[in-house]
Amino acid sequence: MVLSSMFLFLASLFILAAGAALSLIPVSGKGGGHGSILAAAGSGLAAFSAILSLFGGGWDRSWPWSIPMGSIHIGMDGLSAFFVVPIAAISSLAAVYGRGYLKEEGDGRRASGSWFFYNILILSMLLVVCARSGLLFLVAWELMSLSSFFLVMFHREKEEVVRAGLTYLVATHLGTALLLVMFLLLDRGGMEFSRFGLEGGSAAVVFVLAVAGFGTKAGLIPMHVWLPEAHPAAPSHVSAVMSGVMIKTGIYGILRVLTFLGPPLPWWGWLLLLTGAVSGILGVLFALAQHDLKRLLAYHSVENIGIITLGLGSGILGLSFGSTAIAVLGLGGGLLHVVNHAVFKSLLFMGAGSVAHAAGTLKIDRMGGLLRRMPMTGGTFLAGSAAISGLPPLNGFVSEFLIFCAGFTAVVSRGPLLPAGAVAIASLALIGGLASACFTKAFGIIFLGEPRTQRVSGSRESSKAMVVPMVILAGLCMVLGLAAPWLFPFLAPALSALLPEGFAVELPGWAAESLQGVAGLGGVLIFLVLVLVLFRAFLLKGRGVRRSDTWGCGYLAPNPRMQYTASSYAWPTVNMFRMFLRPVRVVEDPEGFLPASAALKSHTPDVFLEGFYVPLFLWVRRAASLLRWMHQGQTHYYVLYIALTALVFLAWRLW
Amino acid sequence: MEMPWSALPVLVAFVASPFLLSIINRTKAFFGGRKGRPLLQPYHDIAKLLKKGAVYSRTATPVFRFGPIVGLAAVCCALALTPMGGPGSMVSFEGDVILFAYLFALMRFAAVLAALDTGSSFEGMGASREVQFSALTEVAFLLGISAMAGLTHKISLSGMLGIPVASDGPSGVTVRTLVAAAFFIVLLAENSRIPVDDPETHLELTMIHEVMVLDHGGVDLGLIEFAGCLKLWIMSAVFLGTVLPVRFGNPLGDTALIAAGIGGIAVLIGIVESTMARLRLLVVPQLLVGAGIMSLLGLIVVLG
Repeated sequence: MVLSSMFLFLASLFILAAGAALSLIPVSGKGGGHGSILAAAGSGLAAFSAILSLFGGGWDRSWPWSIPMGSIHIGMDGLSAFFVVPIAAISSLAAVYGRGYLKEEGDGRRASGSWFFYNILILSMLLVVCARSGLLFLVAWELMSLSSFFLVMFHREKEEVVRAGLTYLVATHLGTALLLVMFLLLDRGGMEFSRFGLEGGSAAVVFVLAVAGFGTKAGLIPMHVWLPEAHPAAPSHVSAVMSGVMIKTGIYGILRVLTFLGPPLPWWGWLLLLTGAVSGILGVLFALAQHDLKRLLAYHSVENIGIITLGLGSGILGLSFGSTAIAVLGLGGGLLHVVNHAVFKSLLFMGAGSVAHAAGTLKIDRMGGLLRRMPMTGGTFLAGSAAISGLPPLNGFVSEFLIFCAGFTAVVSRGPLLPAGAVAIASLALIGGLASACFTKAFGIIFLGEPRTQRVSGSRESSKAMVVPMVILAGLCMVLGLAAPWLFPFLAPALSALLPEGFAVELPGWAAESLQGVAGLGGVLIFLVLVLVLFRAFLLKGRGVRRSDTWGCGYLAPNPRMQYTASSYAWPTVNMFRMFLRPVRVVEDPEGFLPASAALKSHTPDVFLEGFYVPLFLWVRRAASLLRWMHQGQTHYYVLYIALTALVFLAWRLW
Repeated sequence: MEMPWSALPVLVAFVASPFLLSIINRTKAFFGGRKGRPLLQPYHDIAKLLKKGAVYSRTATPVFRFGPIVGLAAVCCALALTPMGGPGSMVSFEGDVILFAYLFALMRFAAVLAALDTGSSFEGMGASREVQFSALTEVAFLLGISAMAGLTHKISLSGMLGIPVASDGPSGVTVRTLVAAAFFIVLLAENSRIPVDDPETHLELTMIHEVMVLDHGGVDLGLIEFAGCLKLWIMSAVFLGTVLPVRFGNPLGDTALIAAGIGGIAVLIGIVESTMARLRLLVVPQLLVGAGIMSLLGLIVVLG
């Protein structure tokens, strides 16, 4: 089983590489040739190999490398396998979806090139979570960043796409720079993970570098600014992969580094807990204020990464105070949320892509009434919305439930962890309520009511290739919610990689019972809904069921533009939190007795981008302009610079 | 716990919850010097609605029809988790409070989507207020629950609301008072009562809950009304469990006492509604945040 897992994994890497190579051959047809099929097949195989390894045990293998520092060393332990499953499964479904999606974007040549980068992206994500040496990890990490950058730049003729792509490129490289320093600190010769190990003060430095560097990829506030730019710019299947699984490699990185560092200190847990709480709350607040569907979803990724980090933070606090129950519940809840978020967020991004193609816009306030025009997209988007709002009996509730349980266990202990429990409970409660507000807005304004523009009212359902992956993911939201009591064996191998020796890797008995209760009552809920549907059908049998207009207080000429808009729906809540959000409203009041025009514009820029990063980079540009005299644009100068640099190195070596 | 006795509170709630509306109405009538409606009027209203046909908006989709049904199903599940003194609850497990809170969130989610499904701007406005306020009540409720959990060392509703007061320790009274105050505000807000919402207002622009169900009629409205009664009953039972945790050990006596206590809370709601006006919508968040802070204070007292 172990051998076959390794063999299948290597085969999947090979298929993905072949897919990338094949994509380079230009094709005439739309959609982009066979690259997508090999991407779907290769990643599907990788998911299967990881599931085999979760139950059959891990493996480890290295090959010599001619590059100095280490070898090609890859391995699959519980933690790697746990991350490979969602990465590969979501990539596979997104490839199927992307094939249908790119067909409608036209230009087979460009699509074919994008499948090259798509295959490379999956390949590099798999390598990132399975690399066992620092250099291989960094190479894979860089490959992942670059391939996703080129995927984001699909519509490179658009100015905003280029800007988004560059923001992403700069952010990800700043993160990588921190990681480079971190690995140099960790290195004890050969850059092998197995030899990494630190204690004391430098361990703290490494931990902070890991949170900042990996947090940039994951999208933790305040390093999140690239997410709301890059996700709307990318094609939807790419957003689904980037937001659903690629940002999770940041979470993986933090967890992997923790395994090098020995017993965690309490303030590490506090750092993660508070960063998670801030990311969760601000993420959902900014999401609520957005007018663009994909920007809204991008901020929700920030929120969910926050929830995951909140769970991990409570787990690590549990570890450092020696409480097995809190450690298992917090870490387990965080890990489970990694999978759950991968499922519903990729579903929602696919839904957004489907809507964008049908309606020709991502502006929420232009849409409306899409559920009747696109029942499959709408129905699956509803499932995703309920799941991301953490509502029972869907999967989002189960992972949040575990993190809540960690918080309550901390409160009941009345020990030093009580404040941590209170922070976790209060922020999860606030996040839950606001997420409900945000997704009733998104689903309600986009899919319900009447179309607000002519273009939207002509929308049609998307192709089968796009619908089927969404249906599968919506089904997964339901299945993972109802199968809660049986999910723990999937988590256990990953947890045992994180927990030190001597910690029992099992859910506390009461929590196992609670999960049964949650799933059982979820089943009862569905049963009751069915009973009530039949009850109403029975009552209405033979009675008059008519259709009429919506009640409009007797007004005789209502039109779709009189409907409540997403902006007005969210405004009271946004205004309540204006201290953090700083929404901008430009009002042009009607004037005079016969006003001719009036206008209201509102938008909510990212305070971190506007208030911190933009001034910072303007300053950097001013500083850099002092060196402009060196850049004359003439080749022989640059040759001189290279020669001088080489000379300096030579002198340094001879010293 | 034997099954037959634990089913008793559920049955009592089904039968008696609409009566709470009568009690509130009679209390308000007493303050207003009126006679009030017949005591069984809420039952007649629901029965009449269930006998009617249906008119659906041309804009509405199946989401609109699922709203009331999901709401009632969720509130029934929450009822199964609600303890009433001695008999405990029908279903109980550690952490069921979280499911309890999120079942109400599900109910709200369904109601809000059903409201938005009509495309009416009135209903959009009501839904917008509903989600704004509920985000704050949810925090107040869960913080209050965690204060109770810290006080009683239990994280199931049956555990934390059924323990005799004597085992609280010195901080018990303070914590219970603070949490009870917070829960009372949550109770009023969640059940769209004055000072947050007025169930009897007649102007669409000022409504919250009522305007969301403006387009529901007949059987659907009947289900919504009944779910509303059950919700009021459940929240009252939880509030009562906080201030007055009783356990005679005799299921019949316990249930009767709790039912009487819930009736008393209905009187209290009636008094509040008779003696004060609605708060301005802009002030409501302050009240709800205040409830959250009281819950938080309760938690701090537990720690101290």
